Amino acid sequence: MEEIYLDNSATTPTDPEVAQLALKMMCENYGNPSSLHRKGFDAQLAVDKAREQVAAVLSADPRRIVFTANDTEANNLAICGTAQALRRAKGRMVVGAAEHASVGRAMDWCESEGWEVIRIAPNPDGTPNIAAFAAAVDERTALVSCMAVNSETGALTDIKALSKAVKAKNPKTLVHCDAVQAFGRIRLNPKAMGIDLLSASGHKINAPKGVGMLYMAQGVRLVPLIHGSSQEGGLHPGTEHVPNIAAFGLAAEKMDRSREKLWKQYTALKEELTEKLEQMDGVYINSPQNAVPYILNLSVPGYRSEILIHYLERLGLYVSSGSACAKGARSHVLTAMGLSDERIDSALRVSMGQYTTRQHLQAFLQGLEQAMQNVAKK
Amino acid sequence: MNEIILIKNGEIALKGLNRGNFEDMLIKNCKRRLRRVGSFKFSKAQSTIYVTPAQEDIDLDEAMDCLSTVYGIAALCRSAVCEKDMQVICTTAAEYLADQLSAVKTFKVETKRSDKRFPLPSPQISAEVGGYLLSKFHNLKVDVHNPDLIVTVEVRDFGAYVHAGQTPGAGGIPVGSGGRAALLISGGIDSPVAGCMMAKRGLEVIGIHFASPPYTSDRALYKVEQLVQKMTRWCGRIYMYVVPFTKIQEEIRDKVPEDYFTLVMRRFMMRISEKIALRENCGALITGESLGQVASQTMQALGCTDIVTTLPVLRPVIGMDKEEIVAFSRKIDTFEISIQPYEDCCTVFTPAHPKTKPKVADLEEIEKALDMEGLIREAVEGAEGKVFHQN
Repeated sequence: MEEIYLDNSATTPTDPEVAQLALKMMCENYGNPSSLHRKGFDAQLAVDKAREQVAAVLSADPRRIVFTANDTEANNLAICGTAQALRRAKGRMVVGAAEHASVGRAMDWCESEGWEVIRIAPNPDGTPNIAAFAAAVDERTALVSCMAVNSETGALTDIKALSKAVKAKNPKTLVHCDAVQAFGRIRLNPKAMGIDLLSASGHKINAPKGVGMLYMAQGVRLVPLIHGSSQEGGLHPGTEHVPNIAAFGLAAEKMDRSREKLWKQYTALKEELTEKLEQMDGVYINSPQNAVPYILNLSVPGYRSEILIHYLERLGLYVSSGSACAKGARSHVLTAMGLSDERIDSALRVSMGQYTTRQHLQAFLQGLEQAMQNVAKK
Repeated sequence: MNEIILIKNGEIALKGLNRGNFEDMLIKNCKRRLRRVGSFKFSKAQSTIYVTPAQEDIDLDEAMDCLSTVYGIAALCRSAVCEKDMQVICTTAAEYLADQLSAVKTFKVETKRSDKRFPLPSPQISAEVGGYLLSKFHNLKVDVHNPDLIVTVEVRDFGAYVHAGQTPGAGGIPVGSGGRAALLISGGIDSPVAGCMMAKRGLEVIGIHFASPPYTSDRALYKVEQLVQKMTRWCGRIYMYVVPFTKIQEEIRDKVPEDYFTLVMRRFMMRISEKIALRENCGALITGESLGQVASQTMQALGCTDIVTTLPVLRPVIGMDKEEIVAFSRKIDTFEISIQPYEDCCTVFTPAHPKTKPKVADLEEIEKALDMEGLIREAVEGAEGKVFHQN
């Protein structure tokens, strides 16, 4: 049975060339970048190269990139690190209500530390309500956080407009963007877009799990979450995960190179998929019009997402019910969008990656039809 | 100094002519449990099993921990062994219990002399050992009523044993001494408790789990496997069958009135389990049902499910409250696994208003719409077994 993986927003298969590089780093270029000898220097060169590759995707200065273990850590470093740096002020933070838990929970922590946190409900189509974000910013607002692409619906944020509106209210307010679903797939230039902090991770772009990064605009001050030596400017101490960092660099470079080609590919695939889904009785599209082409959220009211997922997995088809990190819990994103319980409980997310083909999506359509015929409704 | 573990086999001691069989079974169970700790010698005498390390560097703490989950053991005690000579007994007590004697203020010595050939009577042994310890530890006073520490001297056939009291064992009687029974295991809190409770009364347990993919997930099955693995600490090796149940669930949904869904399903489970149980030489079925806990566990509902099997259905938690069951599941360390959120029986097949006072005749009538024989045969034949070794 062919494996058809349509859950690329959860994670992606590692690019074999990238995996080869990681293996080489483990077995050959295995030095500790902090070691004084040549072996250590070679490892440092590999980390530096990866930093340049990742920075290039953002048209940024490599010195502005901090490698972390994952996107969650990058988000926490951005939010909690800012909260710690400005702990005397303890002003306000503004955040989208449909953010990933690594942003939402970090904000909860800030709240428990005495910060005022304003949560902005998305527009009914799932896109962020920029006017509401701007309205919530006051002279005490230290940070605004909004994802670039919603991981469940693919809703795309006009980050530039958001940043402009925020900075118009308070030029000192930092804009943080969780770009985990956008990095490498959408053109991002944090400096030009007015983004001060931007997080991403490797495993969403065919690098291995265990590496992420935070872009920090010049002049932004953060307090580290963990304490140790001076790796990553002291913001992420501990021996660098050189194999993963090198792999992340290569994957980022490759992804950036094929970005436009892939965008066209995803757009054509999604158009066809949407058209076919709209012809099916009882299927609803949840993703907004402006969503990115590689994420499509749909509902099949009457069925339960997890049962559909387990039915499809037996056909070798892997899709998701929402954010993979929230095993089994009801989607807070779709809830924030105001969808009915029936729509939320039957939601499926199809997310494409660079290896997704037309045949894969056809197989998904067939599988879904088959599931709707055979699976018991509630 | 030689150190050994003494196993006191409470209830077995009351057995009559087949007491030896029970003891042998207990020794076999202990041996299996101790295999990963190292090599031991076992001997039995006077209602006590002597576990002697047969190799150097054995961790007796780990051995005690392993034995603490063996059913059939009333009490365990770690003890120094020495010659049956008063001088040696006194110095052994002072040396072996030095840390504990230094840390307390009051103590007393108790003696059990089961070797009646030993010249001194028990009170005198206690007095001599007590006097010696008082002379060595100046922090100590004797308090016969409420001592901080009781030093026990046992003078037995093979030697003298000195220890500072015993710890309670798991109780019950040895697993396997009462035969074998099949446990219907879901993934919830109750069934692992029911299984261990019957293991405590001497039954070897096999598991039967009903899986309904895609309505139940691989993770839900994995959870059951983790539960069974945990249970092996108490029950010993467990063989578990996973019965394919999707088709039956779908047939029930299509052909049975909604308020009878659960009851017809339970009756299927009983019939299938009976077939597997008989094939596996089991003498009973075990379930984790507790009276009145849910609609399918009313007295009338239990009557309707019992009637489809000729085997006795053991329900050890029938009279227990949820809190009591939870307390037991914490003790056997299955609670944390049981409360993981993967559904074991999907709500798709759960009626909104189940019948609480069903009648057997009605159920028999309803079941006529189903190919009972065929569905049961298919499920039994499709059942796959997997063994879980104790760890």
